[in-house]
Amino acid sequence: MEKMPAWADAVLVPLISLLLAAILSALVILGIGEDPVAAVKMMVSGSLGSTYGWGYTLYYATNFMFTGLAVSVAFHARMFNIGGEGQAMLGGLGVAVICLYMPWPHWSLALIFATLSSAVFGAAWAFLPAYLQAKRGSHIVITTIMFNFIAAALLNYLLVNVMRPAGAMDPATAKFPEATHLPTLHDMLAPFGIAFSKAAPANVSLLVAMLACVAVYFLIWRTRLGYEIRAFGHSESGAKYAGISPVKITVIAMLISGGLAGMMAINNVMGESERLIMNSTEGAGFIGIAVALMGRSHPLGVFLAAILFGFLYQGGAELALWTSIPRELIVVIQALVILFTGALDNMVRIPLEKLFLMFRKGDA
Amino acid sequence: MTTAPSIEPAIELKGISKAFGPVQANKDISIRVMPGTIHGIIGENGAGKSTLMSILYGFYKADKGEIFISGKKTQIPDSQAAIAAGIGMVFQHFKLVENFSVLENIILGAEDGPMLRPSLAKARQSLTDLAAEYGLDVDPDAIVENLSVGHQQRVEILKALYRQADILILDEPTGVLTPAEADQLFRILNRLREEGKTIILITHKLREIMDTTDTVSVMRRGEMTATVKTSETSPAGLAELMVGRKVLLQVDKTPAKPGATVLEVENLRVTDEKGVERLKGISLEVKAGEILGIAGVAGNGQSELLEVLGGIASGTGIIRINGEDIDVSGKFSDGQSRRARGIAHVPEDRQREGLIMDYMAWENTAFGYHRDPAYQSGIFMNNAAIRKDTEEKMERFDVRPPNPKLSAKNFSGGNQQKIVLAREIERNPDLLLIGQPTRGVDIGAIEFIHQQIVSLRDQGKAILLVSVELDEIFALSDRIAVMFDGQIMGVRDPSKTDEKELGLMMAGVVEEEAA
Repeated sequence: MEKMPAWADAVLVPLISLLLAAILSALVILGIGEDPVAAVKMMVSGSLGSTYGWGYTLYYATNFMFTGLAVSVAFHARMFNIGGEGQAMLGGLGVAVICLYMPWPHWSLALIFATLSSAVFGAAWAFLPAYLQAKRGSHIVITTIMFNFIAAALLNYLLVNVMRPAGAMDPATAKFPEATHLPTLHDMLAPFGIAFSKAAPANVSLLVAMLACVAVYFLIWRTRLGYEIRAFGHSESGAKYAGISPVKITVIAMLISGGLAGMMAINNVMGESERLIMNSTEGAGFIGIAVALMGRSHPLGVFLAAILFGFLYQGGAELALWTSIPRELIVVIQALVILFTGALDNMVRIPLEKLFLMFRKGDA
Repeated sequence: MTTAPSIEPAIELKGISKAFGPVQANKDISIRVMPGTIHGIIGENGAGKSTLMSILYGFYKADKGEIFISGKKTQIPDSQAAIAAGIGMVFQHFKLVENFSVLENIILGAEDGPMLRPSLAKARQSLTDLAAEYGLDVDPDAIVENLSVGHQQRVEILKALYRQADILILDEPTGVLTPAEADQLFRILNRLREEGKTIILITHKLREIMDTTDTVSVMRRGEMTATVKTSETSPAGLAELMVGRKVLLQVDKTPAKPGATVLEVENLRVTDEKGVERLKGISLEVKAGEILGIAGVAGNGQSELLEVLGGIASGTGIIRINGEDIDVSGKFSDGQSRRARGIAHVPEDRQREGLIMDYMAWENTAFGYHRDPAYQSGIFMNNAAIRKDTEEKMERFDVRPPNPKLSAKNFSGGNQQKIVLAREIERNPDLLLIGQPTRGVDIGAIEFIHQQIVSLRDQGKAILLVSVELDEIFALSDRIAVMFDGQIMGVRDPSKTDEKELGLMMAGVVEEEAA
């Protein structure tokens, strides 16, 4: 017998976790002598109160969808891909190569090839850790973390020494050509008579991210590969019995994971900065872990969790900008949400399961 | 044993109840165990035997009920209290530190002070006394991992006795023993009883109950259904009490009509990850229409044999199916290619291998056969077809509840095994590899599973059966091969051998086959 209904597991647990995080955050804000109610108002109006706010919220959410999906796919194969950050950086390189060194007649073509290229670069960056895990048993957590540093160093080198235009002062590539600029939500919604903020960075990548959510759903729950990935994730000995190669599944799952993380670059590199800069990923690879945990590694959950974290990011930025609440506290609030929704999951789940069991016994 | 009514019972439980969530593991259980007796507790898996003993040993707290030790009401909140009350427990899986000596294990947790030397000296003395008193000879300085399983069990018993236990609880003590070791154990238990100790023996083996106990209590679905004098009951009567209906203990089967050779194995060798050779040159054959039973104590290479035949492990040597060589190296084959060759495999450990416990029944029905074209629809899996197939299989194999959307972990052991069996047997294989077919399966389902295996044989299929239950080997096999230390000690005709001979072979002793 299941311990509690699926809806409680999928909805109630994260909501209560979120509430606890919010209460604790409010206490912290109170503790430094600020008004938590005003802070919440500021966060909501700053991130959801205008199309400008929405534009930023959705922009961040797009990043988190890609990295959240990346972590989720690896989770299904019981692997902890902490290398989303590095894979997304390499994805940026893939986008830059496509946009800078090839002429494109239209942004849509450029987008398709940039997406593929970013996925290939991200997957390639995940390949070595995957191979080492599968063949040598080198722990994927350790290797992917190390690969984040290597990716940062590699990008640093390339941006300073190779890709920086002559005479430029900052370590970044040249601006991508006009033809590769992606339409923003402003551009896309204007034909429908909806006035969306021109300054907000949310762009057509959001749709690609949503498509990726749907694709991952079908991959995991409808295809044979997904079946094998999940079987391997649940039981390696079972997978061997069924003739599913652990080496193959480990590598394939990590390639897909790395590819998804890499695809994030079409949003932040191609869509927003329109050139490759240092630290363009801004920690989105790590937020992806929290998004996947909160979203239960389900694409729909990842989608919703990504929007929540987009809200926290944009709301937090507004808070730092307009109030005397220090920037560090925003990080504390975000960390609390991650802590409660991700790490302290059982703290809410187990009492809730007991509660449901009590009610059920009452019925019987 | 005659017990005058004036003697207080060594243990008396009154109205013990314990629930885990909606599951009532123990319902209002009362039991009296008289001192100086061996009291058996028998029941199917999940009947609540282990829960009851865990309450007695302080692992769980009963929701309701009272415990009396020698007539005194006693609270047992933890195992320390149980030990203080004179209760010792010998677990099914030993709790010994393998790289400690026997003496060190015995004083572990019962040291007298911060320095070990006085404790060790005291333990050495009392070990000598105990050995003399109960015939429990063990070398005090031997390292535990070098001892045989039977001797390790003695160390567990000594640990309890060293802690002044008057009441010994043994949980499925013979699961890992050879028949000879089991006989020794029961001799020791008899000796302990003569010296006035009280013994509770938990088992699911009817024969052990009949041979050794004075009184037997039967548990079914959390309730104590009966407590009877062993001398006044019979195996069939106990089985009926356990299951709640009449059970066929014997499998009806006609003599085998062996046909062509299906499986041939020559000089098969398997080396494990640590470089230890697990199979040391196995040769055997199985013909169509016969069941070859592999008897042996767990851990003598049977698992590796099944794994290499099933394509999970790799090795060297020759495996032939219907006269054709198949890959043994594992480089060109896996579980999938074995299945394509007509080899079905019901693995020993269905929870770790045979099933994905978090997968629903229908997903498990496709497991291993998930590349079957009938289960595909374009680039997707045809989940509807798999579900329909599962429904039909569940009906034919009487899986309860017949719900394809229930996760495997929510089925009982017997029904889990039926899901695996249905999946493998309905593929119409030439060869069925089947390991521990009824481990953790309730008696009612054992009957059904045995019938299925025999009927598959009667359809002319070859069956390789591995079981550590000698009774099962005898009931099903047409020929019996005994494995010891990675080798086949010999093959016997079940009608011309007996437990004694097989038991010796299982311990590595081969007598010359009577001509």
